[in-house]
Amino acid sequence: MLRFILRRFTVAVLVALTVLTLAFLLTRLSGDLAISIAGPNATAADVETIRQVYGLNRPLVVQYFDWLGRAVQGDFGESFFFRDRVANLIASRMGVTITLGLVGLAIALVVSLPLGILAAVREGSWVDRAVSLVALVGQAMPSFWLGLVLMITFGLNLGWLPISGTGSWEHYVMPGVVLAFSAIPSLTRLTRSGMIEALSSDYIRTARAKGLSRLSILVKHGFRNAAIPVVSIAAVQLGFMLGGSIVIETVFALHGIGYLAWESISKNDFPVVQAVVLVLALIYIALTLLADLLNAVLDPRLRTS
Amino acid sequence: MSGAALPAGRGAALLRNPGFVVGAAIVGLAAVLALFAPWIVPYDPFAIDLERRLVPPSFMEGGSTRNLLGTDQLGRDYLSRLIYGARISMLIGVLTVITSGIIGTTLGVLGGFYGGRVDDAVMFAITTRLSIPAVLVALAVAALRGSSLMLVVLVLGLLLWDRFAVVARSTTMQIRNLDYVAAAWCAGVSRWWVLTREVLPNIATHLAVVATLEMALAILLEAALSFLGLGVPAPLPSWGLMISEAKDYMFFTPWVIVIPGLALFVLVLGVNLLGDALRDMMGTDLSR
Repeated sequence: MLRFILRRFTVAVLVALTVLTLAFLLTRLSGDLAISIAGPNATAADVETIRQVYGLNRPLVVQYFDWLGRAVQGDFGESFFFRDRVANLIASRMGVTITLGLVGLAIALVVSLPLGILAAVREGSWVDRAVSLVALVGQAMPSFWLGLVLMITFGLNLGWLPISGTGSWEHYVMPGVVLAFSAIPSLTRLTRSGMIEALSSDYIRTARAKGLSRLSILVKHGFRNAAIPVVSIAAVQLGFMLGGSIVIETVFALHGIGYLAWESISKNDFPVVQAVVLVLALIYIALTLLADLLNAVLDPRLRTS
Repeated sequence: MSGAALPAGRGAALLRNPGFVVGAAIVGLAAVLALFAPWIVPYDPFAIDLERRLVPPSFMEGGSTRNLLGTDQLGRDYLSRLIYGARISMLIGVLTVITSGIIGTTLGVLGGFYGGRVDDAVMFAITTRLSIPAVLVALAVAALRGSSLMLVVLVLGLLLWDRFAVVARSTTMQIRNLDYVAAAWCAGVSRWWVLTREVLPNIATHLAVVATLEMALAILLEAALSFLGLGVPAPLPSWGLMISEAKDYMFFTPWVIVIPGLALFVLVLGVNLLGDALRDMMGTDLSR
């Protein structure tokens, strides 16, 4: 078990280092960063000043290790636009994004688990086909468009929910639903296939033979076993959802780190963009690590492979 | 079974699958619209007519048969723009799948075939790729390099290869130990021969399923990037860009965003239906 944890942890650290390097290279893609920062109206002297101030005249390798050394300590430099430490900016916006992600995941689970179980119990019936249609529709739904349509319907026409902003819990309802849509198809399918597998196994037959109630068989014996992969995929999905929140936060003007990234991209504020890419990647890496460890705890068979 | 050519019995089974028929009809229609757009459109999709702005579609009150789906905020014919939009979505979908398919399949086949250190490296690449937030990186690259249609294809192609690699890897592992591969080795053929003539044709149908999933994803991502203003540049009529440009008017005239959004939804649904039918036929499980 310890060897497994150690090995998995080493991989996670290596992936994180690779992402750090990629995040650094990302901003150098523009060719000359100083010109990009200075903007279209800058003079040659302005560009030269920026080059001096931000240390962009140093060799790339020196810049890289300087940046890496600071980034590892959680220092992502200062934002060009917001005149604040990047780390502070991200910390102040993180709560909104995490809340949105958790709300989205909760809605997705509340919808997918019953649908998946229902489809598995009635495998091959019209219920099963209806559930797979729901999954297909969810998969094909453009999230930003769904957001706009919900805004028109529930925000404007019915007046039930606020259209944009972050003030109260009601502000998270529509973005949460939209975000949930991106996770519902895969979670539903996974629950369904896991339940079908679990329900066809020998211990279910034994449970039936013992004369246990249908519900008890379904929940205690079937779902418990089907839940193992669902738990780990749910963690991974949360990582994907946080990464995808940039579109939804922009549509609903929710001031999380996705919105921060969007503002920074349009303002050429590279330190912030770089840091958000990094933070989202690190969260994803941590969540997958957690999912793998959780899996190993729940299912001892996985530790040895 | 070689590549995309399916045995006759399975082909007939596909035609009895309603999902496949609907999916094929949708994608087929989009392909025809995309290929022959210049000859199909009633008007020039770029022609601005400020006298006739935001005319509703013909089936709504105040609409006219002159512009079947109405006109946009600059008086451009919506139907013509929608048809040219199919061209952009299909082009992005196909080119992205080709790019990411080549990258992912190469990596996956190499990892699955050689195992050991090579496989470790491939798995590492997949894990790293998955931890990178794709939309954000695509937006950042577009902002830095200036957005264009080719850049969108390139960035999406470089980002969406992970599922190709995962599936190519696991299917290659399954067949590399099968008898006919052993037989090929015994016949003394080269490694290249085994990879290209024995392995690739036999994983091709699995990859075709992945291709539909990735095409659907690429179309949705392009629309999202264009919606955020960093995908396909104006005045090209990308559906995402049409929604973005019409957004300011959506509370007064909701049809301006409903029409391109529905087009997007239906096309992606069609591509996914095709993929699902292929998957059902092959009995493979790609639910992860």
